[in-house]
Amino acid sequence: MFGIHQKLERNAIGFVIAIIVVSSIGGFMEIAPLFTIHETVEEAPDMRLYTPLEVAGRNIYIREGCYACHSQMIRTLRDDVERYGPYSLAVESKYDHPMLWGSKRTGPDLARVGGKYSDAWHVAHLINPRDVVPESIMPGYRWLAETPLKVDDLSLHLAAQRKVGVPYTDEMIANAAADAYGQAMPDSPFAAGVTARYGDATNVRAFDGQPDRLTEMDALVAYLQVLGRLTDAPYQQTASTEGAKP
Amino acid sequence: MISELTRGERRLALAVLTAVAILGLALAVAGRGDILAVHGGLIMASAVVLMFFVISGYYAPEPGEERFAQYYDTPTKAGVVLAMIWAVIGMGVGDWVAWLLVYPEMTFDAAWASFGRLRPVHTSGVIFGFGGNALIATSFHVLQRTSRARLPDQFSPWFVLIGYNLFCLLAASGYLLGITQSKEYAEPEWYADLWLVVVWVVYFSIYLRTLMRRQEPHIYVANWYYMAFILVVAILHIVNNLAVPISFGSAKSYSAFAGVQDAMTQWWYGHNAVAFFLTAGFLGMMYYYLPKRAGRPVFSYRMGILGFWGITFMYMWAGSHHLHYTALPQWVQTLGMTFSVMLIVPSWLAAANALLTLNGAWDKVRDDATLRFMMLAVVFYGLSTFEGSFMSIRAVNSLSHYTDWTVGHVHAGALGWVALITFGSIYAVVPWIWKQPSMYSNKLVEAHFWLSLAGTLIYVFAMWNSGIIQGLMWRTYSEGGTLAYSFIDSLVAMRPYYIARAIGGGFFAVGAVIGLYNVWMTIRQASAERAEAPDAPVVPALARSLQAGE
Ligand code: HEC
Repeated sequence: MFGIHQKLERNAIGFVIAIIVVSSIGGFMEIAPLFTIHETVEEAPDMRLYTPLEVAGRNIYIREGCYACHSQMIRTLRDDVERYGPYSLAVESKYDHPMLWGSKRTGPDLARVGGKYSDAWHVAHLINPRDVVPESIMPGYRWLAETPLKVDDLSLHLAAQRKVGVPYTDEMIANAAADAYGQAMPDSPFAAGVTARYGDATNVRAFDGQPDRLTEMDALVAYLQVLGRLTDAPYQQTASTEGAKP
Repeated sequence: MISELTRGERRLALAVLTAVAILGLALAVAGRGDILAVHGGLIMASAVVLMFFVISGYYAPEPGEERFAQYYDTPTKAGVVLAMIWAVIGMGVGDWVAWLLVYPEMTFDAAWASFGRLRPVHTSGVIFGFGGNALIATSFHVLQRTSRARLPDQFSPWFVLIGYNLFCLLAASGYLLGITQSKEYAEPEWYADLWLVVVWVVYFSIYLRTLMRRQEPHIYVANWYYMAFILVVAILHIVNNLAVPISFGSAKSYSAFAGVQDAMTQWWYGHNAVAFFLTAGFLGMMYYYLPKRAGRPVFSYRMGILGFWGITFMYMWAGSHHLHYTALPQWVQTLGMTFSVMLIVPSWLAAANALLTLNGAWDKVRDDATLRFMMLAVVFYGLSTFEGSFMSIRAVNSLSHYTDWTVGHVHAGALGWVALITFGSIYAVVPWIWKQPSMYSNKLVEAHFWLSLAGTLIYVFAMWNSGIIQGLMWRTYSEGGTLAYSFIDSLVAMRPYYIARAIGGGFFAVGAVIGLYNVWMTIRQASAERAEAPDAPVVPALARSLQAGE
């Protein structure tokens, strides 16, 4: 064996090929089946898509690096489930390009934070976390409430996501900017289109408390409020297995 | 520097810079109205500044034939200095964000100053800025010595070094502006990723072209590791960054993968960035500079082979241990855990091989802080690979995951192993290439050593404590069967450890500043000497001596 290696060491190209082959095996064996084995991602026919406003909010979440302190992945451990809610299913992030499961809980998990607090709580918390939670070490994001949301390229955002597999329709793509307005301005003529396209369960509210303006705060709070609410599957799953797996 | 390039290479440099400037301009124009325009402008400005630089030296006399009798070390020199500058930036920002967790108000309501934007500046600054530059610089140095061949030309090493630093600059400035893909350690957006691929292809071609012309029949073990670093990082980078930009006029893209497949791809990448960027590359460094400095041959050739192929094969399976108890199918979790545990064997083979190499040179370790840096690095390498295997076990991971324990583990590796082996190698290589008997101040090397050791220990112990306390508090139940502590309870309990960590990190960062100063003064000393007595061309003595381990 060491004799063969002596020969290999004399051949640069051979060595390069050997490295590529030996190193490629592991990743291939683990990743490729995830695309082909059907059971990897559960069925959830009621799974909704992110609205354009929620997409924009998700992008703000990414931009600000919220994922560095917050996970969105409740493990199948008893204490995780009792603290945060039913454990996360693969299907819940099947439209997440990229996923935001996170790796560190400097702050609590957010996978099921949707509906846990009022919009006003989130706005106050994001403006200055210590106003609502005195011990908090989370940064404040005051400028979000002042910054108008950029909506002119939202159609492009949905179109790009369709290219990677998210089933947005032509109509959704064409109306992306209008839907973003409508979702945060319930009294505007654009509001009706949002629920027509994205389902009645969609939240249509002035998330930032300013019904006449569309800000980045609207988008981020809309996103936080939909976390864990895109499908009912995890809640049913937990009911049928009586609590978490050990 | 320009005088070292041939006339043809100067023309090539101008052509390449013109192309880059045009690309930058195109991005700036296409991206008007988007933050992409800022980066387009930055790319263009960098290229134009460099063009002026090339033009200013364009008519300098061409380098003579005698250059072929010498190794080409100027890119290594520049790379070492850049690595030290990035070390100060990356570690400085790291300590700053550590303090942000103690004093969260210190963001002054500025977007760019918040934790989430600064943290990737820290991680990319140290991994890619400091680590990457050190790897490129030392790989050029080691490659030439162990092959007894000069780099193939004068242009491509500069292209790699400067192009790579442009990537680092785009990355760091991008985070501050809010440009990120959010994939940890792969945050830069599509255009920066594409640029890195170009740089990397040229980097690999340098390696291959030099090896093709080598005078040594065997490829030395350090080069195996450097090659694995270059090749596998290319594979990881390309696959994990596959994405669709929303338009060529926008910085934003959407990953080709979603959900569980994305998570697996990301942590396959993330863990192997640790393996092939932060381990393989630095093992290459260790396999050259440690035996050289100790004046001893590598202990065992066979251990070298087994360690190398074990690491190359097994690491690629281990990434899924980042996803225990998640929605990732359990069979993948189990595979990841199994390989992670087995990884201890090749890791300890490499560590043992290095420590046994030092047998017979322990007096040098005692007296020479540079060698001591390397020795301690190997010890931390052994410790953190053991800890890593341990933490990959599902039951342990259920406690450690999501806590500061992970952060402590990473820093045991990053400070204890990566940074210490790099500082040791830099203190070894700087006097060699600047032709000095030693560093400007050995006392400062000694001071840097103790600051690093103290800083690492404080850091790691603080994070062990906070991580384990956090993990236990999250899972403790009261008599009545309910969770005993709220999340905020655990947060409050962390505060003293966060302070300790920031102090430990501060020690380490101050050490890096001292290191930069020491390198700088050594260079000044060398250039003062050269001003007095012009250098006669010499064939490096090292070239004729056999390398370590043969
Ligand atoms: C420095 C780490 C850090 C960053 C960055 C961070 N957070 Fe937090 N977050 C925390 C901590 C700590 C808490 C717990 C204390 C509190 O509620 O403020 C928290 C709490 C929260 C909560 C309340 C969760 C609950 O269940 O009570 C939400 C919602 C939240 N963060 C959203 C965000 C968003 C959105 C961002 C990005 C814009 C963000 N966080 C960035 C640390 C962070």
